[in-house]
Amino acid sequence: MDIPFTVKLRDDTTLYNAKVGIWLFLGSEVMLFGALFSSYILLRVGAPPGTWPRGLLNVPIGAFNTIVLIVSSVTVVMSWASLKLGNLGKFRFYQAITLLCALSFLTIKSFEYRDKFTHYEVWKTDGARMTGHVEGGPYFWSTQTLKDKKLDHIVFHPDPHHYTEPVKPHAGAAAEHEGHAAITIPVAEIARLSAFVPAHSTYFAIYFTLTALHGLHVFGGALVIGYLWGPGAKLWKTDPERFTNRIEISGLFWHFVDLVWIFLFPVLYLL
Amino acid sequence: MQPTAIETQPHAAHEAHHEELGFWRKYIFSTDHKVIGIQYGLTGLLFLLFGFCLMLIMRWQIAYPGKPIPIVGELLLKVLGDEMANGGVMQPDLYNAFGAMHGTIMVFLAIVPIAFAAFGNFVVPLQIGAPDMAFPRVNMASYQAYFMGGVVMFFSFFIPGGAARSGWTSYSPLATYADMGHHPNGQTFWILGMVLLITSSLLGAVNFIATIIQLRAKGMTWMRLPFFVWAQFVTAFLLLLAFPPLEAAAVMQLMDNVAGTSFFLPTGLVVSGNAVPISGGGSPLLWQHLFWFLGHPEVYVLILPAMGIVCEIIANNTRKPIWGYKSLVYSVLCIGFLSFIVWAHHMYLTGMGTKIATFFQTTTMIISIPSVIILTCFFISLWGGSIRFTVPMLFALAFLPMFGIGGLTGLPLGFNFTDLHLHDTYYVIAHFHYVVAPGTIFGLFAGIYYWYPKATGRFMNEFWGKVHFWTSLIFMNAIFQPMFAQGMAGLSRRMYDGGVTYAGVDDPALGLVGVPQIFIDMNRHISWAAWCLGLAQIPFILNFFLSMKNGRKVASDNPWESTTLEWQTPTPPPHGNFDKPLEVYRGPYEYSVPGKSKDFTPQNELEKR
Ligand code: HEM
Ligand SMILES: [Cu+2]
Repeated sequence: MDIPFTVKLRDDTTLYNAKVGIWLFLGSEVMLFGALFSSYILLRVGAPPGTWPRGLLNVPIGAFNTIVLIVSSVTVVMSWASLKLGNLGKFRFYQAITLLCALSFLTIKSFEYRDKFTHYEVWKTDGARMTGHVEGGPYFWSTQTLKDKKLDHIVFHPDPHHYTEPVKPHAGAAAEHEGHAAITIPVAEIARLSAFVPAHSTYFAIYFTLTALHGLHVFGGALVIGYLWGPGAKLWKTDPERFTNRIEISGLFWHFVDLVWIFLFPVLYLL
Repeated sequence: MQPTAIETQPHAAHEAHHEELGFWRKYIFSTDHKVIGIQYGLTGLLFLLFGFCLMLIMRWQIAYPGKPIPIVGELLLKVLGDEMANGGVMQPDLYNAFGAMHGTIMVFLAIVPIAFAAFGNFVVPLQIGAPDMAFPRVNMASYQAYFMGGVVMFFSFFIPGGAARSGWTSYSPLATYADMGHHPNGQTFWILGMVLLITSSLLGAVNFIATIIQLRAKGMTWMRLPFFVWAQFVTAFLLLLAFPPLEAAAVMQLMDNVAGTSFFLPTGLVVSGNAVPISGGGSPLLWQHLFWFLGHPEVYVLILPAMGIVCEIIANNTRKPIWGYKSLVYSVLCIGFLSFIVWAHHMYLTGMGTKIATFFQTTTMIISIPSVIILTCFFISLWGGSIRFTVPMLFALAFLPMFGIGGLTGLPLGFNFTDLHLHDTYYVIAHFHYVVAPGTIFGLFAGIYYWYPKATGRFMNEFWGKVHFWTSLIFMNAIFQPMFAQGMAGLSRRMYDGGVTYAGVDDPALGLVGVPQIFIDMNRHISWAAWCLGLAQIPFILNFFLSMKNGRKVASDNPWESTTLEWQTPTPPPHGNFDKPLEVYRGPYEYSVPGKSKDFTPQNELEKR
């Protein structure tokens, strides 16, 4: 038994099956990310004025990652076009670049994550708030950690500005590391301590959820592309048309993943 | 490219392969849509029984609060321990867990898998004249995801702290704090199970839509599709577009539960007298919006396939065309669209604002119109027919008034001023159970009795079928009818003691009026009716299994003398379905066409001139 229109186009729809499938799937993906973006809007609109964290992400790095993904989008198309022209070698070349881009994107992202895990905010009992680094650069500390470790003070390197203060011309992510001189804060004066992890605020909650979900998509897409680049390419010998279609499908998915980032970048880094 | 080599080679290989399919490939890891449909059906029926049993146990606690449960009390104590069933008495946490899991299992593990996945898989490709689904392996994966989701949900009963206990709606913050003593707890399992089930539904939905768009046989135009296929088509779209937001919500709730975020947790939250150490800033309403954005389309997922089944059976057993086929199609499309903009009628009491409430009240009233059109078409179709009262037809006929009651009692819930009183009472329970229990489940029974001969080559026993029907009809009504009265008297749902706390609180000084005792007493009648309904399913279960061996054999491939394509195949249909290429020449319901020698004309029958 053979399923019709796996490769051939159906007359009335002028599509092959997998193309219909991927568009439907992307429709559901739009709803998935759409729901998360809507949640972002709702949480942000609901936050008391002036409290939404801003300028805590590194814009140049985010912009660089955006470019990486755009490049990969181009090479995906080129690889597909190469197959259409019957050139498997060129296809391999372009897809290799795509894979490299995916890898760099994820690597850069993980460094960004790590940066956040060692960056802290302190809420003092007198209402003062500051962001900065804890001496020794520990990961994932929270108020509970202070209790568990029975510390009586921490050494803190505050950032020059807190994100709730009006943005000054030169303040921003780049200024993070300049830091003031280290200060000592008695634990008794700390109402709350949190690294920039999801639990820090709804901002970081949605930031990590969205970017991690997106990262998973990048990872999944790269797996598929990698498979078709390596063992999956055997199909080229027996059924080139079908193989080309698979590349087209994986490419459509990849474009979608890139498109999501194109929205994520301004929403999370710039606004 | 060498098309010939490509075309013939796999084919020859396939033929050789065909014989070798062992037990595992044929029944467990099958890619055949009919086998997958049956897998879904059997698993779904098991969960239907399981979810029903949970309720039968809960009904004891509602009718006789605080008394040890007979028969199963000991067992619960042994398996779940003191904390859950001390002395064989259902404890509050167990009641909550059973209630939440009854809802979850019934909706996501029983009705959707049976109505959409089982019937859709088995019938849709046959009815459109396709050899299989568009993506057979995805189809298998979707069943497996469903199965694993079921395992996770089932397993969660036995973990420390027991299954999820915050209702099938899992409202935050309750869902995050209901079981603080255990991590991971039942709620975590619930979320993971849901993610698997959602994945399964999404894969299924993509597959169904692609199949219906791409694999219709030659001549099977859109307006020649049986209404059942239309219903499944719209259902698939609902699943495809409504489920992802719940998936997003589930991920966020998972974050709240395990990563300490505050997506759905407001600032200043106090639990059991202690301020919780969270950032706050979240919105409990957000969860409700995302949940009901799925939740409302979901009720149409539960009902549309049943309507499709009922339509096929009515046409076949009245021996005349369905009245208003086009109105049915446009109505079902309207429902599909509108069902995405009515969700907040579940949230009138949340204080989301009167303007928003008015909007959703309006859309809710509008969406009732196409539903009424569909039901009206079915009723008019009966007019003047020479009705054959077969067992499937009895269930299909009963579906009409039962769904009618369920639908009409929904209107007072759709108006926000009346909903203020009725919200979260037993009236709501009665309303939606009329839709899903004597409604959808009767539709499903009808479908099982109707297509059983195609799947097995034998009929189910007619006499026991009728016993099953009449007893079920009586007890269903005996269960749910009194609940309307209880609800209007103010009896709240989800009450561990069946509302005893609310009886006898009359205090003229404070102007308090309790729920009159007679409404509390109804609990006992309802529970007895529920247990009898359980007994009434025994004939069905026996009939279902025994008929596979002993049922009356079908005399032809088309024993009900039907027009649609699923009956124009060998019985049971082989892998690949149709033995010869087929073409469709006419609409789906050409019954009793004047001037014809027989009273039905199959869709693929060539006109002899
Ligand atoms: C015919 C057998 C059934 C009986 C006797 C029954 C009975 C009940 C009762 C009495 C409740 C209220 C429990 C409470 O408020 O504490 C309930 C809740 C519920 N039932 Fe059923 N039910 C049946 C079938 C179904 C079916 C087929 C579905 C779904 C499609 C379903 C879905 C639900 C849901 C979603 C809830 C709400 C659970 C919650 O409060 O979170 N039930 N059922
Ligand atoms: Cu609704």
